[in-house]
Amino acid sequence: MKEALNNLKKLTALDGISGEEKPVREYIISIIKDYVDNYYVDNMGNLITYKKGRGNGPKVMVDAHMDEVGLMVTHITSEGLLKFQTVGGIEGRVLVGKRVRIGETCVPGVIGYKPIHLQEKKERASAVDIKQLTIDIGSKDRERAEEKVQVGDMVAFSYDPVEFGDNKLMAKALDNRVGCAVLIELLKHSYEFDLYGCFTVQEEVGLKGAKTASYQIMPDIALILEGTTCYDVPDTKEHDMSTVSGDGPVLTLMDRTVITDRDLVNKIIDVAKNNKIPYQFKRTISGGTNAGRIQANAEGVKVAVIAVPCRYIHTPVSVMDISDFENSYRLSKRFLESLGVSIDLYREEGGKEYV
Amino acid sequence: MFELINKLAGAYGPSGNEKQVSALIRSILKDKVDEIREDALGNLICVKKGSGKKFMLAAHMDQIGVIVTFIDDKGFLRFGNIGGLRPQVILGQRVVFENGTTGVIWYEENIDDIKKLKLDKMYIDIGATSREEAEGMVKLGDQAVYAADTKLQNGKIISKCMDNRIGCAILVQMALNSPKTENEIYYVFTAQEEVGLRGARTAAFGIVPDMALAVDVTGTGDTPESKPMAVRLGAGPTIKIKDASVISHPAVKDRLIERAKSANIPYQFEIMTFGGTDAGSIHITAGGIPSGGVSVPTRHIHSSAEIVDMKDVENAVELLEHFVK
Repeated sequence: MKEALNNLKKLTALDGISGEEKPVREYIISIIKDYVDNYYVDNMGNLITYKKGRGNGPKVMVDAHMDEVGLMVTHITSEGLLKFQTVGGIEGRVLVGKRVRIGETCVPGVIGYKPIHLQEKKERASAVDIKQLTIDIGSKDRERAEEKVQVGDMVAFSYDPVEFGDNKLMAKALDNRVGCAVLIELLKHSYEFDLYGCFTVQEEVGLKGAKTASYQIMPDIALILEGTTCYDVPDTKEHDMSTVSGDGPVLTLMDRTVITDRDLVNKIIDVAKNNKIPYQFKRTISGGTNAGRIQANAEGVKVAVIAVPCRYIHTPVSVMDISDFENSYRLSKRFLESLGVSIDLYREEGGKEYV
Repeated sequence: MFELINKLAGAYGPSGNEKQVSALIRSILKDKVDEIREDALGNLICVKKGSGKKFMLAAHMDQIGVIVTFIDDKGFLRFGNIGGLRPQVILGQRVVFENGTTGVIWYEENIDDIKKLKLDKMYIDIGATSREEAEGMVKLGDQAVYAADTKLQNGKIISKCMDNRIGCAILVQMALNSPKTENEIYYVFTAQEEVGLRGARTAAFGIVPDMALAVDVTGTGDTPESKPMAVRLGAGPTIKIKDASVISHPAVKDRLIERAKSANIPYQFEIMTFGGTDAGSIHITAGGIPSGGVSVPTRHIHSSAEIVDMKDVENAVELLEHFVK
């Protein structure tokens, strides 16, 4: 798993704001191309890989989105400061005082704010309004700024991954490079069934890539790999902690976009128990994943989610437990192996067919 | 027909776990249609073959409910909502799990203003006194629905989950009546409507009908100080003009009006500013499907005691039979 962790670190160091996932995609291609039978990039930018199976099992899609949340430059002021819009869910509190890099050439910048000495009392007490924030790239004026950046450039957090504490990793974009890293490892093995490994785009802005990817594949079953919310810090009641870092891979029963397939989830639980792999359920039903889009594709897909708890998700310093990452890989792999050649795709007797 | 409604309303079927309802309908329609199949989302598709146009009639099987997200040390269950639930409406309600375990929904009593009550300050009490005891009764992810029975009184039905077992009952009754027609009729009992019209989408994709109707419930404007809505209990099934998810296709709407008029069936227009129906996802599936809806006026939707008028239900069956001919 050392190699997988290194891959994950490299992946988080790359930038791939929704719609601009190319750097991430190219890195993934460079690794997986020797492990898969075929791959292509579709019109939206999804990387779709194919591994032929040994038998006749169901058609299985494994999804991990490549994109991360970030910002987009929308205006350059006469002072040479950059106004921006958020791409995906980011809030003002997270942005103040952060280092960023802009565009393909990674122009360095920082998001500043009025110093505490100059703030009104009211300003100190309330959250920051994103509209007031600008990115400072150290330019003298608009003309000089325009030499380096232009409107439409994507802005990523500029933070390197750090291993720290008791087996923890701190990095930007753990959501969802952690899913990508697990999927890369899964593609190194072969399975009974035909496997479609999909590295999808534009999840953070509305689960968009998964829609076209699943339409092309028409899978019977889909497993979605994710980084998920984790809030297990003090002053939180136990039932409000969505997940707990270090307690194992997270299974989603329901969120705002999906009710996962109960048969598949039960199968994953069996696999976890038989292999003594820890697991936990997500305790809140907020948020959404590609599972929602894929499930409703064409005539319907059985879906399940395996996720890694990420504290401070959607910030430059999200934190995960390395054991959760490793166990997510182990659980996903064992689960895929257990699918074998016979799984019934219909819940009731008298359903159309069994594969 | 009340007996059928009573049976359907008694089946357990929160979104994502509709198999009891599905099995019940399958057992009733087993020899009455030409084909029965189920898709990956759990939609039950019953086909009466024909050489004419393809009509899809969709009624969702799922009902609103709650899902267990956490079990605490003392054996109380925390939960999330499945579909639209208002804290004040579910407070003090009895709920039942698939395995028969019964619970009651209560709240953290230190709240200063009951208006501010939110679901995360509420819990289900199943009478357990420890986590271990509770875990012996329910598991994380288990779902519960209102526990309430179904009464026929003065020609009205008072029951939980008339939304949308009444739609299911209408389609089942219609399939049993088996209207004479050359057209091919798809009686589709859909899954996961309450959480975002999900089942109907995949069902419609598999069928690609020439026309589709969602058969569901709609609100009324005839209770004290209710929101204005020109729909009354007992004044006939409604023909959908629009809801928040769809604007009915003119051809579908006009056909319904014309058939209702010529058969002398009372009807009302449904213009719902809130809420959606399966027609919302059907009409934008595949290359686009002309869709509309027939609804049963229903009071107190999403409570444990919704009220419908038997006459509206019977007229809905008749209207639909004329529609597909």
